[in-house]
Amino acid sequence: MEEENKVTLHGTWFSPYAKRVELALKLKGIPFEYVEEDLKNKSPLLLKYNPVYKKVPVLVHNGKPIAESFCIIEYIDETWKNSPQLLPEDPYKRAKVRFWSSFIHQQLYEAMLTVMKAAGEAQGKAIKELLEKLQVLEEGMKDFFPNGTPSISNRNMGILEIMICSLLGPYKLQEEVIGIKIIGPEKTPLIFSWLTAINELPLVKELAPPQDKTVALLKFVRENALKSSSA
Amino acid sequence: MNINLDFNYKSIKPFIFICFHFGILALVFSLIVHRLSQTRKDALIGSLSLITIRLTVDARPTATLIEFSNMEEVKLIGMWLSPYSYRVIWALKLKGIAYEYIEEDLSNKSPLLLHSNPVQKKIPVLIHGGKPICESSVILEYIEEIWPQNSLLPSDPYERAIARFWIKFADDKSPSISNIYRTSGEEQEKAVKDSLEMLKTIEEHGLVGEKKFFGGDKISMVDMAFGAVAHWLGVIEDVAGLKIFEQHKFPRLNSWIQNFKEVPIIKENLPDRDKMLALLKRRREMLLASE
Repeated sequence: MEEENKVTLHGTWFSPYAKRVELALKLKGIPFEYVEEDLKNKSPLLLKYNPVYKKVPVLVHNGKPIAESFCIIEYIDETWKNSPQLLPEDPYKRAKVRFWSSFIHQQLYEAMLTVMKAAGEAQGKAIKELLEKLQVLEEGMKDFFPNGTPSISNRNMGILEIMICSLLGPYKLQEEVIGIKIIGPEKTPLIFSWLTAINELPLVKELAPPQDKTVALLKFVRENALKSSSA
Repeated sequence: MNINLDFNYKSIKPFIFICFHFGILALVFSLIVHRLSQTRKDALIGSLSLITIRLTVDARPTATLIEFSNMEEVKLIGMWLSPYSYRVIWALKLKGIAYEYIEEDLSNKSPLLLHSNPVQKKIPVLIHGGKPICESSVILEYIEEIWPQNSLLPSDPYERAIARFWIKFADDKSPSISNIYRTSGEEQEKAVKDSLEMLKTIEEHGLVGEKKFFGGDKISMVDMAFGAVAHWLGVIEDVAGLKIFEQHKFPRLNSWIQNFKEVPIIKENLPDRDKMLALLKRRREMLLASE
């Protein structure tokens, strides 16, 4: 008996990487089964599907597993060709999108994590770096939004929107925990209006975890990191 | 006897006219083509055949633009010691793409590099028809899309996803290899541990099955992404005075290294071992002295 197009996503509610894949699947209207993983007690299935990293997200399509959020999203885009197209058609534009996705995924994410886990002077330094990287992104995005105001809908959400949404969608909550504003109409007008437009989509609102849960988790991550660094 | 030739001549005249002008065009065209280099001739023939196929078989709107753009000028800003630079060199050569190579002095970065990659200020950078593309994995995907001949990725989407997974793994873990010669003490121990874990993972999960290369019988982007393991690791072991890769512990990886280095394009395009050893030793001495 063949199961046509059975899609399962293994994730956790707080993983920004799993959130990316969820967004991609929902945008394309792909029916899927979601499996919440307990990372402190990983399921045998997760370990079987992602033996290299033993992490979420893992997409399983007709029994075949794929790990790494960006690889999964490219696979989704190539396998389900309906709108929205998550990566552009033109090779040069694709290269630019891949470059900036990598920037958001690695550089921006790392900078944010460093700020989250530091205090005092170290945090001051980390914040400066994060703000610099946000300026770099602000400049880079002018290329994608030449007329300054991104107009985002379910039909034109692409991989860059998915990446920025998964990392900085909850920026107001992140600002609350780290105690400083990082996104705003004065310093990062393009990123600010971009995130505002993305966060207004019903789909994004639907997939966002409860705010108090997110804040509690961010505070926990921060306190844990500060405890172990001062120990 | 009056032989009336008027009618015949009038009907042939346009025909002669067309043939004459076609002949001139053909002569001019062949003179131009004759003066092209072999690689440009190949690219031209490749483009014309692709255009013919695409127009008759596949009506994708961007196809014709790509076919013409693949003849634009290609430049590569690289550095002779960098495995990331070599990934791009191997891809370009395997596909028979003509390019101009520009060696970058990273201690004194050129205006061209800073203009082409203002965000990272790193090599390699591919400049195609004046447009810069940065980051080796991004460059390889771009090259694959513009010049599809001698494919470096599988055609099946699932196999492609697996290939991309391994390329990402290589990108994530390869820095541990260079950290072996860049660090000492505890930091170096960590770099060695991380490198060994990477080798173990490749051995146990990446090269399963009787495969010549990561993707099967043919070399692909994944093999190129692990170039550092095949050539740079051995030199770095010598620089640091450590033995990390033991052949008997990694039989599959060992076979892969042999297969990889036997591919003519790879064999002919590797940085000189002695030159590498000398430079990395000097670098290590300077780094340790400054600590």
